[in-house]
Amino acid sequence: MLSRANLIGAVLFLAAGIIGFFLPPWLVSLLTIAFANALVVLGLIILWRAGLVPFGQALYYCSGAYTVALLARWAGVSDAFVLLIAGGLVAGIVAFLTGFLLARYREIFFAMLSLAMSMILYGVLVKTETLGSTDGFGVDPPHFLGYAPHGDALGFALYWFVLVVCAISALVIGVYFKSVAGALAVPIRDNEIRVEFLGISVTRLIHMKLVIAGTLAGVGGALAAMTIGHVDPNMSYWTTSGGFVFVTILAGAGSVAAAFVGSLVFEIVRSFAFAVLPGFWQMTLGIVLLLTILFLPEGLGSLATRFRRRKPDTKPVATS
Amino acid sequence: MLTAFAILTDGLAYAAYLFMVAVGLTLIFGVMKILNVAHGSFYAFGAYGAAMAAGIYYDRGLPEAGGFLFMILLAMAIGLVLGLILERGVLRFVYGRDEVIVVLVTYAVFLILEDVIVFIWGPQSYAAYQPMVWAGNVEIGELVLSNYDILLVAISAGLALFAYWALKFTRYGRLLTVVIFDRETAAAFGINVTVVYTVTFIIGAMLGALGGAMMAPKISITLGIGVEVIVLAFAVVAVGGMGSIEGALVGALIVGICRAAAVHLMPQIELFVIYAVMALVLVFRPYGLFTRAQPRKI
Repeated sequence: MLSRANLIGAVLFLAAGIIGFFLPPWLVSLLTIAFANALVVLGLIILWRAGLVPFGQALYYCSGAYTVALLARWAGVSDAFVLLIAGGLVAGIVAFLTGFLLARYREIFFAMLSLAMSMILYGVLVKTETLGSTDGFGVDPPHFLGYAPHGDALGFALYWFVLVVCAISALVIGVYFKSVAGALAVPIRDNEIRVEFLGISVTRLIHMKLVIAGTLAGVGGALAAMTIGHVDPNMSYWTTSGGFVFVTILAGAGSVAAAFVGSLVFEIVRSFAFAVLPGFWQMTLGIVLLLTILFLPEGLGSLATRFRRRKPDTKPVATS
Repeated sequence: MLTAFAILTDGLAYAAYLFMVAVGLTLIFGVMKILNVAHGSFYAFGAYGAAMAAGIYYDRGLPEAGGFLFMILLAMAIGLVLGLILERGVLRFVYGRDEVIVVLVTYAVFLILEDVIVFIWGPQSYAAYQPMVWAGNVEIGELVLSNYDILLVAISAGLALFAYWALKFTRYGRLLTVVIFDRETAAAFGINVTVVYTVTFIIGAMLGALGGAMMAPKISITLGIGVEVIVLAFAVVAVGGMGSIEGALVGALIVGICRAAAVHLMPQIELFVIYAVMALVLVFRPYGLFTRAQPRKI
């Protein structure tokens, strides 16, 4: 468990947390969102390793976010830990149920069906007046085991909270990637039928990956809802899913760390483009995506591996 | 009875619109195996082009009838140029990559084109209502129908018939069928697949732009009109079976009628019903209603 990669990861997360104290609040909240979204991307990487690209991951993201918002509004729950677990749990259950259907599909058809499912949720939310229709509604600031910060302190508390959740998820998913179930992703992508000949149920494996990815997306959505303090149906629209897939391609499926680096780079590029070229931020994103696909087909993560491979020694490459 | 008739006419008009945007998408997918997200941009460019044409034409006080034709011609010209640039400039570099990766390439193109629209036409919205007003209304019993909707249905039906004829009875159509069936064998028999790809993509782009131009008089042409069209066209194509023209027709009819029924009977589920139908069809027919089963390769 305490491998070198995990140690480096822990140090980096700690460093990110400490740096937070020296950054302006707007940057802290940007980083918080970036890390929350990184969890969704982490889930997408799990699927992408098996060759699956869902264009509807926003379904689980939105489920997690709305669970938090509704619990806070109707049940008066305000503890961040309870909200987080509830968000992840509901999204996981949704993923488990939709998984019975989705796990049978591959490639484009998988992408399309997941898209349809997220659009169903969008359609329902837009037409539901009690949930604020297209405007959505606000989420009260959460408490942390009785600690109820305000203003900038709340921003820092949320930042640290998100970092801890990310660190734990990264550790768990790192272990999962090394487990048999996680390692089977690449064989499934290469040749599914041969994996079945080995006596392994591919459908069941993929169903499990869907649930893990869905739960992660729900947790990400729950954190995003707490950070933004607002939820709306656009969280379930296909462009949201497209954004997550974008980051996944940018990051590459090489490692757990790629999800966090990719998500940070994405938020920074987006904010930068938004500030410097306000009329052309979508174009900037599109060009970055095109260039990534054309010249870095394995994503940003592959830069590190390429660099490492150039060294003469042939130590096995750590993957988390 | 009146409601049933209204559902039927509204559904047909909506289906005509859906078919128009879906047919180009399904053609490109059938031949090139590219799920083209940028199709929404073609639609938007067509609509903006038509609005521009309407502005140019009607300001000069030329005869009313020609304006509509001019709108369509300009939109299709834009589609031709756009399709040519995209296929030759971007897509040919990613042939052979994963289908899903190519989807993302078109998604990137879509993002870029969204801002190109702002760059060319600015953020304000446009209208091109003149042909709609010119066409007028017709009353059947208590029901008022727009002649323009009837024209839309007629053009869609004509398009479907034309596509059927072109695929079955022209030389280019037969070649296309061969390429759809097996690209490599087609190339081995001396069909220039590269040219077929380019021409198909351009035709698809022109059809997308035509859809935009036809809808321009009915809608407010504003930023983001392409975003919604993409998912709608996806839904239609997925219901019918990707790559099948008759599938797109049946898919458009099913989705159109279902949505019209929802609008008249239960407006709350209007958006929901489109994607629910899509999901339902995919549950029972994973590859859509009109697709050949693909053999699994070991």
